[in-house]
Amino acid sequence: MDIERDAIAGTLESSDVLVRVSPHPVLEVDLTSAVEAQYGDDIRQLIDDTLRRLGVQAGRIVIEDRGALDCTVRARLEAAVARSTDQPLDYAALGEA
Amino acid sequence: MTVPSLVQDAAARPAGRLEAAAGSSLAAVAPSAVAAPPPPFAGWSAQTPHLVDESVKTGRKLCASLEEAVKRSGLQDGGTISFHHGFREGDKVVLAVVDELARLGYKNLTLASSSLNSCHGRLVEHIRAGVISRVYTSGMRGRLAAAVSRGLMETPVTVHSHGGRIALMDLGELRVDVAFLGVPTCDLFGNANGVSGRSRCGSLGYAMVDAARAGVVVAVAEQIVPYPNVPASILQDQVDLVVQVDEIGDPSKISVGAARLTTNPRELLIASYAAAVMEHSGYFAEGFSMQAGTGASAIATTRYLGKRMAELGVRAAWGLGGITGDMVDLQREGLVGKILDTQDFDAQAAADLAVNPDHVEITASQYANPFAKGAAVDQLDMVILSALEIDLDFNVNVLTGSDGIILGASGGHCDTSAGAKLSIIVTPLLRGRIPMVRDKLTTKVTPGETIGVLVTDHGVAVNPRRPELAERLAAAGLPVVGIEQLYDRCNAIAGKPRPLEFTDRVVGFVRYRDGSVIDTVYQVKEASR
Repeated sequence: MDIERDAIAGTLESSDVLVRVSPHPVLEVDLTSAVEAQYGDDIRQLIDDTLRRLGVQAGRIVIEDRGALDCTVRARLEAAVARSTDQPLDYAALGEA
Repeated sequence: MTVPSLVQDAAARPAGRLEAAAGSSLAAVAPSAVAAPPPPFAGWSAQTPHLVDESVKTGRKLCASLEEAVKRSGLQDGGTISFHHGFREGDKVVLAVVDELARLGYKNLTLASSSLNSCHGRLVEHIRAGVISRVYTSGMRGRLAAAVSRGLMETPVTVHSHGGRIALMDLGELRVDVAFLGVPTCDLFGNANGVSGRSRCGSLGYAMVDAARAGVVVAVAEQIVPYPNVPASILQDQVDLVVQVDEIGDPSKISVGAARLTTNPRELLIASYAAAVMEHSGYFAEGFSMQAGTGASAIATTRYLGKRMAELGVRAAWGLGGITGDMVDLQREGLVGKILDTQDFDAQAAADLAVNPDHVEITASQYANPFAKGAAVDQLDMVILSALEIDLDFNVNVLTGSDGIILGASGGHCDTSAGAKLSIIVTPLLRGRIPMVRDKLTTKVTPGETIGVLVTDHGVAVNPRRPELAERLAAAGLPVVGIEQLYDRCNAIAGKPRPLEFTDRVVGFVRYRDGSVIDTVYQVKEASR
């Protein structure tokens, strides 16, 4: 799945996450998190897994996390990617990794 | 443990207590030694020369400026200065005084404030400049706390509880040379209170301790009022010097629970559990006593409990605190007899203290000093407390965040939990993603042996030391679970947090209320991402 245009999902409320995606020749992930010290590595792993499942191989992904749970991070990222493209989402590829 | 023999409230003070002769330096009139013969009479004023001149006699304490007050106080480099935190985030005295001390070239001072807040961030510069080299406090927040956590100070800070601060004084470790006590009104002789004037903080319970113990007491007053300024919390025979300043604090920044009654369903759920725990604890009977905190859940608990008290006709004999308007409301409804007040958390409570004879100001020593001849916490039935983290043995952290940075205060947490028959911790199971139940605390402040119950939105865990209590609460239909189940649930929802990494450098010692060291705070090792 390709990121064809800028798209956004989520908020900066506590326990939520704001995901912004935009077209970019290579894959670039920029994470800032309120819980970096405790969960930063877990969140990066989750982002990588989710992008792989969605087949995103290029794009700029900016994620501002306010302590969201894994399910929230995954859902916001999927939503942002879905909004960035006219391709139909492969729902079978979503859900639990 | 053997309780050390202590001189109590009329305590021994540091040497050189100032009997200020006007305008003179601090040459104290040395009391004659017991063994020496008394001097022969040499005229009525031979021993009291400061009483000769009428203007000196009445006005000798009044200083024209903070600078004059500092100079007349006799403060030396390396000395210890103290403050009270009655204005919380609105305090303007600590920085005004330390700015002045920096301007006058003081170095190497020990700063002993009963607590410090985010508003004191600029102290970082004074610490870097060497004006302040040691700190005693109940807690700290914001920029100062972050800088200390990252290794700002060569000498680790000492974090004490409210009762423990007085214990450190009475044990002789914390000897205050000069107390700079911000007071809303004061007369020219030093009679001061917190319930009159423009900027009222209410109870001066923390300042009263310093007024009774410091070597030299400076009343830093926003308004000078005619003599006698009674009722006075700080008294003319305690105060050496009086100085007027433009502002001592902003009362609008005292209030901590801005939202008076939460509508957050999770906090209301916790509060309903906590009120039910109190009702079925075995301590809910006519004439009981309680202290409630200031968090959203604690305030809502007070409301729920008040409703049950009215329905069942069960009244509390007294309430203790840290007083909010909610406690005052309960009293007005006839549900609470007396209020013992060491500090006011909002304007309503402060205003009530001024006019209500059943709302009584007490000192921090009378509140919580473990070595006092009488501390109110020892008479307390139930207290509601918060937590930043709690471990499987019910030990509680209220000082450091889960990133290892100091962001809170010890306060009266360990004092009330040790004194009360039942201490109840209220906290959501998760704050954001951060689990509140831990296998290992970042910092231990209150020992689990003094904690009775943990109330969360996912259930109520009773300390296994209290099996009879667990039975009572389960019988009442409360969702009683093991604390291990709450711990597992935390990790199932949020994932297990990665342990923090610290350097070997000590940035703070956490003192238990008896003066012992209960834990050590280390500098956080920060990832270089």
